Amino acid sequence: MVDGLLDWFRLIGGRTINALWRIGSGTRFLFLILLNSGLSFRRFGLTIRKIFFSGVLSVIIIVVSGLFVGMVLALQGYETLQVYGSEEKLGVLVALSLLRELGPVVSALLFASRAGSAITAEIGLMKATEQLLAMDIMAVNPIGRVVAPHFWGGVISMPILATIFSAMGIFGAYLIGVVLIGVDGGAFWSQMQDAVDFRYDIVNSLIKSFVFGVAVTAIATFEGFDAAPTAEGVSGATARTVVTSSLVILALDLMLTGFMMRGWN
Amino acid sequence: MERRVVDLWVGLFVVAGIVALMILALKVGNFGAYSPKNVYVVSAHFDNIGGLKEQAPVRSSGVVVGRVSGIRFDTKKFDAEVTITMDGKFKFPSDTTAAILTSGILGENYVGLEAGGGDNNLKQGDEIKLTQSAVVLEKIISQFLYSKAQEAPDKAKE
Repeated sequence: MVDGLLDWFRLIGGRTINALWRIGSGTRFLFLILLNSGLSFRRFGLTIRKIFFSGVLSVIIIVVSGLFVGMVLALQGYETLQVYGSEEKLGVLVALSLLRELGPVVSALLFASRAGSAITAEIGLMKATEQLLAMDIMAVNPIGRVVAPHFWGGVISMPILATIFSAMGIFGAYLIGVVLIGVDGGAFWSQMQDAVDFRYDIVNSLIKSFVFGVAVTAIATFEGFDAAPTAEGVSGATARTVVTSSLVILALDLMLTGFMMRGWN
Repeated sequence: MERRVVDLWVGLFVVAGIVALMILALKVGNFGAYSPKNVYVVSAHFDNIGGLKEQAPVRSSGVVVGRVSGIRFDTKKFDAEVTITMDGKFKFPSDTTAAILTSGILGENYVGLEAGGGDNNLKQGDEIKLTQSAVVLEKIISQFLYSKAQEAPDKAKE
């Protein structure tokens, strides 16, 4: 009985220490990337390849999801707004929800599952096939040569993807709201322009997506670098990347929104 | 993949991002919206500004002719001083009336100007003397209830 209880405590203790250890080494890894990122800017071609890898290849899914999210928002928003006879506010509803929340968050979630998992798999596989070790032996720092370009590629791509997502979403809402349902187009745009502020809504949206980009790529590169050098290890690391970064995105979003809210201070 | 192809796609990607940002800033947001170069600033005192905020539109006959550029509390007169930046294209007589109005029942507050008949126009730094405060719904309701309450005993006597 007592032994069972002690084992239970041991389990909790072990897990806590393990989790803290991973957070700590992840943070140290992030600083290591920042220290070794000179090469990614001196040979910017390396970073450009990674922007292609994680940014350009994610454009299709971002464009399509943005369009559909905007269209669904317009349909659902119209349903509710028309009860109060204020369907002209549809543009405001869609633009604010996309710019403030859905644009950065949904595109970061998509980015984590599309590009983050790919980054983890690539780095993990390089580790499993001892390519990183070979670089180390040739006196090439694998973090500077492989990891940092991945990191900066993702960090640069993420705000661009979120912006494209929001723009496509608003276009989708225009298609459903104005073209299909027949909300007045002039009111749709002018009310939107009246309510959306450049500094508070658009710049904050960029800041959010930048932070999410840092979080997702840092987690993805860390998981890849940290993966056990086996097939199982790489698949586990890839799964962890998606789960951890999704949770981190949602938690960070709540915090950032709290900081950015107007009327609190 | 070949270097030139990668460069091309990344270039297109970055340009698409910038174009999306421009669309958001210009078409969706209010960046660069309504900022005339030739302006003049006037002030007006109100007893109560209701829910008026900075950057609220100033309208005359429903057309935007300026923006509220500042709101502060006047500690000498104990009322609100509203600074209005007017578009230089629109000249108003010096006896213009400023009122704080609401667009729709639940809409936001704006400043409405009604031109007077004076000969001189408002200039930079002038004050609009004739003002009308915001209508506070609670006050109207309480006035209504008060008058109803006064009516009731009369009816009871009859």
